[in-house]
Amino acid sequence: KIESLKVTVDFLKVPLGLQKPPLKEALAAIPGKSKPLVLERHKRSDTMDNESQYSGYSYKSGHSRSSRKHRERRDRHRSKSRDGNRGDKSVTIQAPGEPLLDNESTRGDERDDNWGETTTVVTGTSEHSISHDDLTRITKDMEDSAHLDCSRHLGVALGVALALLAFLTPLAFLLLPQLLWREELEPCGTPCEGLFISVAFKLLILLLGSWALFFRRPKAFFPRVFVFRALLMVLVFLLVVSYWLFYGVRILDSRDRNYRGVVQFAVSLVDALLFVHYLAVVLLELRQLQPQFTLKAVRSADGASRFYNVGHLSIQRAAVWILENYYHDFPVYNPALLNLPKSILSKKMSGFKVYSLGEENSTNNSTGQPRAVIAAAARRRDNGHNDFYYEEAEHERRVRKRRARLVVAVEEAFTHIKRLQEEEQKNPREIMDPREAAQAIFASMARAMQKYLRTTKQQPYHTMESILQHLEFCITHDMTPKAFLERYLTAGPTIQYHKERWLAKQWTLVSEEPVTNGLKDGVVFVLKRQDFSLVVSTKKIPFFKLSEEFVDPKSHKFIMRLQSETSV
Amino acid sequence: SYFLSFSFQQRIEIHKLRQGDNLILGFSIGGGIDQDPTQNPFSEDKTDKGIYVTRVTQGGPAEVAGLQIGDKIMQVNGWDMTMVTHDQARKRLTKRNEEVVRLLVTRQSLQKAVQQSMMS
Repeated sequence: KIESLKVTVDFLKVPLGLQKPPLKEALAAIPGKSKPLVLERHKRSDTMDNESQYSGYSYKSGHSRSSRKHRERRDRHRSKSRDGNRGDKSVTIQAPGEPLLDNESTRGDERDDNWGETTTVVTGTSEHSISHDDLTRITKDMEDSAHLDCSRHLGVALGVALALLAFLTPLAFLLLPQLLWREELEPCGTPCEGLFISVAFKLLILLLGSWALFFRRPKAFFPRVFVFRALLMVLVFLLVVSYWLFYGVRILDSRDRNYRGVVQFAVSLVDALLFVHYLAVVLLELRQLQPQFTLKAVRSADGASRFYNVGHLSIQRAAVWILENYYHDFPVYNPALLNLPKSILSKKMSGFKVYSLGEENSTNNSTGQPRAVIAAAARRRDNGHNDFYYEEAEHERRVRKRRARLVVAVEEAFTHIKRLQEEEQKNPREIMDPREAAQAIFASMARAMQKYLRTTKQQPYHTMESILQHLEFCITHDMTPKAFLERYLTAGPTIQYHKERWLAKQWTLVSEEPVTNGLKDGVVFVLKRQDFSLVVSTKKIPFFKLSEEFVDPKSHKFIMRLQSETSV
Repeated sequence: SYFLSFSFQQRIEIHKLRQGDNLILGFSIGGGIDQDPTQNPFSEDKTDKGIYVTRVTQGGPAEVAGLQIGDKIMQVNGWDMTMVTHDQARKRLTKRNEEVVRLLVTRQSLQKAVQQSMMS
């Protein structure tokens, strides 16, 4: 099943130099806990296993061209409601209330690891209970996300209003003369009908285009204004307002009798709106497609790194892009694999302290003696790498042994199952569905699997239930044992693991520059989580000077390299 | 001022041995201007396209006369061998009407020995 990922960016610092927020900030300043929760949670199922579908946009009308652009107004509301006393500019990217958030720190000890050695019967209740600290975490997250919803919904409403205004204005232009001074209008024949048809179709195209471009579930909530979206929104607003001004003065006041002129006026507005939509496509979608920068993302905890090519993006959009790719590119963060084994570390850490008893006049000696001690300690520490090497070699041998046992066990287990052919007649009692088949063969491989997972320190990531589910999935789709094992033999990307445990959506964007600035060569920003952070640095893709050289195919000629030896 | 030039060359006189219908010298040559000089294991300068001795048969006339493996043949009976093709070199060495060939050879060990004695 493909699960969609949504991230919200919450912003925590007052921006410099933005417009003053309107009066509606008071609304946002009061965190209404219960009401936004209702708005958010009404799609959540009771098991809390599902992703929170942010339903705020599902009842929007299709022509909400500015559904994202209005968010900047909402963001301005939010700015004043937050505490802006941070040293550096940091903004938080936050999910709209995820129950088991931030669970990426291992709690492997609490889980039941011994399932491989005990009974093979699966109890259905154990996986759905929520422990106490899960509950406290849930309530804390609910409080955090409560602030966003008021301003967000307000922004949506504003955008919808502007879109409706823009959409209905041409229709109003056409209808008002008919309603107000119908008798005085000159009759307008075929040209008007042609213009009516064109207005209708252009509005339909505008509707479809806006639906395609703007009616999308947002994948992230950004801390700051989108400069381009704000620009477009202002442009639309100014356009509509100026058309109304002209209409009011020239047509309504003077009761213009030339209906064809009025229709042409309305058609010109629709054309202008279509061009604004084209501008929106170019600014919002096309401009960032051509790659201009290479971003290097390095995870601070274990050094896993990736390179990505992006176009002209602002820092906040680049951050979301990196996060989207992080979840399917980077191997999952496993804190158990980070530390050196204790046996080696303890040796490295134990140096001895030097206390000088007696007079202080021997300044020369006091500098020389610690130096000798430090050198001796360093020499001893240098031998620590020997232990590390042998320990690693031993660990690798152990892993390979366990892995071999696991592979053999799984292969053997899969031979016990066969898909039922239609023409075979079997006793109905013997026919199993995939779940039962999985349970039947799970017992023989459980122990080997558990031992392997424990050796590779992956056991917090795979519960018995998840393994059974995966086994059922593989059996249903006729996968080979190797395909079944692919998930366990290598540490996969984070998005592969069961979502509520490992997909935390709370990220903080830390940047020295304002996050609406575009990317430039040398920009560095950090995406922080509780346990680790992603450090992203930017490099400009170099300008390539490509020159042409023509090679005639007939010029490919060769000779033999002779090395003769003759005896005389 | 006058010029001192050292020639690190050695003259070797080989008497051909008759074997049936042929006169053999008892060594093998490699090199030539039509050959690939980079494959020559004996030359110091890998662009040298001269004729080199690649093998000397044991107990043959060449070994008896003092020819060694790796020698570069500069002249054969007065004919220059530094700018000849491989086949021309073979022909000059195997003329049927000559029973004795006088070779002018250069040897690297000789060169090095003289250089070292000059420097010390």
